[in-house]
Amino acid sequence: MDYISNTAAEQDEMLKEIGVKAVEELFAMIPEEISLDCELDVEAGISEMELMDLAKEAAAKNKSLEEMTSFLGAGAYDHYVPSIIDHLISRSEFYTAYTPYQAELSQGTLEAMYEYQSMIAELTGMGIANASMLDGGSAAAEAVTMASRISRKKKVILTETIHPAYKEVIKCYGKGHQLEFLELKSNSEIMDPAVIKENIDQETGVLVVQYPNFFGSLEKMEEIAKIKKEHKKLIFVVIANPVLLGLLKAPAEFGADIVVGEGQGLGNGLNYGGPYLGFMACKDERIMLRQLPGRIVGKTTDVDGKEGFVLTMQTREQHIRREKATSNICTNEALNALMATIYLATMGKKGLAEVAEQSYHKAHYLAEKIDQLADFEVSNKENFFHEFLVKSSKDIKEIKAKLLEEDIIAGYDLDKAGKKGLLVCVTEKISKADMDNFVEKLEVL
Amino acid sequence: MEEKLIKDYSSPGRTAYSLPELDVEKRDLNSELGGYLREDLDLPEVSEVDVVRHYTALSELNYGVDSGIYPLGSCTMKYNPKRNEKLARIPGLSYLHPYQDEDQVQGSLEILYDLKLDLAEISEMDEITLQPASGAHGEFTSLMIVRRYFEARDENRKNVIVPDSAHGTNPATAKMAGYNVIEIASNQRGMVDLAALKEAVDENTAALMLTNPNTLGIFEEDILKITEIVHEVGALVYYDGANMNAIMGYAKPGDMDFDLMHFNLHKTFSTPHGGGGPGSGPVGVKDFLAPYLPKPLLKKGKDKYYWDYERENSITKVHSFYGNYGVMLRAWAYIKTVGGSGLKKTTENAVLNANYLKARLREEFELPYAEESLHEFVLSGSRQKEKGVSTLHIAKRLLDYDQYAPTIYFPLVVKEAIMIEPTETENIATLNRFVETLLKISREIKEDPELVKNAPHNTSVRRLDETQAARNPDLRW
Amino acid sequence: MSVKEGLLYSEDHEWVKKEDDLLVIGVSDFAQEELGDIVFVELPEIGEEFEIGDSFGVLESVKAVSDTFIPVSAKVVEINEVLFDQPELINDDPYGEGWLIKVEAEDLSELEELLSAEEYAEFLEEA
Repeated sequence: MDYISNTAAEQDEMLKEIGVKAVEELFAMIPEEISLDCELDVEAGISEMELMDLAKEAAAKNKSLEEMTSFLGAGAYDHYVPSIIDHLISRSEFYTAYTPYQAELSQGTLEAMYEYQSMIAELTGMGIANASMLDGGSAAAEAVTMASRISRKKKVILTETIHPAYKEVIKCYGKGHQLEFLELKSNSEIMDPAVIKENIDQETGVLVVQYPNFFGSLEKMEEIAKIKKEHKKLIFVVIANPVLLGLLKAPAEFGADIVVGEGQGLGNGLNYGGPYLGFMACKDERIMLRQLPGRIVGKTTDVDGKEGFVLTMQTREQHIRREKATSNICTNEALNALMATIYLATMGKKGLAEVAEQSYHKAHYLAEKIDQLADFEVSNKENFFHEFLVKSSKDIKEIKAKLLEEDIIAGYDLDKAGKKGLLVCVTEKISKADMDNFVEKLEVL
Repeated sequence: MEEKLIKDYSSPGRTAYSLPELDVEKRDLNSELGGYLREDLDLPEVSEVDVVRHYTALSELNYGVDSGIYPLGSCTMKYNPKRNEKLARIPGLSYLHPYQDEDQVQGSLEILYDLKLDLAEISEMDEITLQPASGAHGEFTSLMIVRRYFEARDENRKNVIVPDSAHGTNPATAKMAGYNVIEIASNQRGMVDLAALKEAVDENTAALMLTNPNTLGIFEEDILKITEIVHEVGALVYYDGANMNAIMGYAKPGDMDFDLMHFNLHKTFSTPHGGGGPGSGPVGVKDFLAPYLPKPLLKKGKDKYYWDYERENSITKVHSFYGNYGVMLRAWAYIKTVGGSGLKKTTENAVLNANYLKARLREEFELPYAEESLHEFVLSGSRQKEKGVSTLHIAKRLLDYDQYAPTIYFPLVVKEAIMIEPTETENIATLNRFVETLLKISREIKEDPELVKNAPHNTSVRRLDETQAARNPDLRW
Repeated sequence: MSVKEGLLYSEDHEWVKKEDDLLVIGVSDFAQEELGDIVFVELPEIGEEFEIGDSFGVLESVKAVSDTFIPVSAKVVEINEVLFDQPELINDDPYGEGWLIKVEAEDLSELEELLSAEEYAEFLEEA
């Protein structure tokens, strides 16, 4: 089927008004050499029933997390998503709308974005936030290029404990801006602040740290904050997990200038990696705001003095400033940001803290149990939040494969990130019984 | 404001969430996390009913394609099929972690691969990456591929050429990829001026960025000469796929000798815009550019689909994972539903609808370019401006009649531009109502210009003070 | 729209006024009217030097951005910092409180190329 509602008679009427006989005439300007002389080799259209059968067939070839217990994290987290989120974002006034260019007919999207900005600013402790970026990795990359513009320096320090995919995205974006990267190595699961300190020089404009880091550990933020204080011109970018900020101190308290991260954990499903949303917040300083990429919603008043919302500070953006824009970003992840907004409103002050807290307690319960097993060791057991690194004398691939037979995804094999071990993540969705079962299966391997 | 902020519903102690009781031992957070614990978190304290009513009220202040015509030029606001929404929510397709083993996601990979094949066929490109999450992201990916291509050839080219009618993302993207932007003027017919192009290209040119039809809806009929001029100096030609809805089934960018391009799944392939996102911007390239595509690249092996990470010449990554998978599912569902001949019919009706509107409006409003156009066209409000009423006012007055406004003040080459793209999913009755409303507004301008200048009158808020918003930014509660 | 007597003008719509040893530079009434409500001003640092025709600052309205071009090669000695908080002064009083920078010119003979108030008014007529 197609989605065209004009009948043949109506189409004829329209052709007549235009003054042509057949619709093909409207394409007469396309030169013959490039005009298609055959049908597209795309299969004929099918009905809704056939489509759903096809989809279910494909789904049957998958094995979704409905059928398994998963300890996978590594940047995408299986937190509980309250039912009302999907219900509310399915209101078509939200999801079938465009970017709110005509503010007077888009107050719903705009007000929700203002709430989103407010709650992201609150979580991160920063003065302001934009209305979302494409995902965590690209948000981190754009934070780095923004930071370099502000510091007017090209040298960027990355720490080894940042998500490896993020580092790749950051470096890719950096190429266009001729940034120079120094990647600091670490002997453990966290960075030694002394190493950061000795590598900062006059040319260094940007320092990037992840909180908690890729291995689930908390960097020595107080000490890094001191280093940042000693280097006034250095722009400190923190990649944070927003769900855990329900319990953890806001990055602003450690001197962060820009805070970014993956917002998926805030009420967005896993969806095999996307659509997710990047969040971005920064200090409420003129120079920061001027360099912030992406859309921003502001509150104002209408001609009658009634409060309302508009897209503002648009001169930073590509549609006005063109090649001098702060970024080329246009489409963002508005609907995903709406999901995050509804999630934060629903969980609220207490709920978000409890999600973080339960994840913490459960992860520690599991880590202790695994650490007690003969062939396993949790290498960052002294310092982690809800993700930890398991080392084993046994082959990680084999462990993963064996557990899969029991419908357990044991975690993320760090082999993919050039390291040895298994990154195990626990959220509030995992029960004690799930964890006991996991440990039991590990024990009899 | 019409609906107060969610935080203003707060009442201390009120909650809307439900979680199971913690079933493991509670640890001493103070001693274990100490200096990392936050003291306060000022989020709303509301009930579930508060949340549902608040966001329902907000939705009622919005306007979507499901509300009525959304004639934004260059945005392709077509109907978003509901079956696609249902499909994308099937747990077997959606409840998947991006780091699950390939063996567990073969069904999804098969869909993505099928989508790649269809996009390649529609565009006559050889290889596709689905990783970019939006159109601008696809542009960036493409320009980084251009950069990588010249790097591999040890050439250091500095310039990217962009027509003056281009979307702002084009020059912004070129700059982000580290290029200087050279803008070339259009000719009097609204097309690329071949002489200006010849003048602009040299051995320092890395690429030309072009959309065809262009932002005026006009097909660049000299396209083969254009691509030839650029190729002659060894540069590449990039196709901005924003306007694919004008040519599907009638012409292919690959046949026009474009080397690489991006698609907007959220324009051409019916996925919803979500109030500004998510989108999806796959990139297609000719074979010789395939080595530079981002990693991982989806491939089909002997008996399974897999992600290929072994790509030493790749630009690396632009997204944490594989892109906006949920959007891809919807686009795939769309292509399966309408099929090859449906895509062609889509194009035909998009062009028919646009030309019908143009035929009915060109008397009353100035048509700055008389050239035949395809899926969209650009009028100018300059006659109305003489009466002191600008295009902005016309747009705002349309809102009073419960219709969304066209794109205004773009492309920049037209003064008081009104850029209209109805898409194929509107019917003649809706188009007629739109025409009659615009004609009525034009009459109002003659009879009572103040009425139009002070629009909108009937919306939940009236004209908002953007100057105040920019001078004294209030960006959070 | 007004063209103030006694000032010199450039075709980029900047004005110049001699004030003791210094030159004061601003934008004309025409320029501020074209831009609309100015919401943001970017000015150079004190001590920065510019060649004639260089961009020395940026004026922004809600939906437009415009560079300002220096009508004479010079070194910046003072900037109008009040504009950072009150950019509307450029709209309200372009020839007075809305001035942008004060400079020391390298070569005052460059001023001879500029338009008188009368010539500038004529230039605007023609444009």
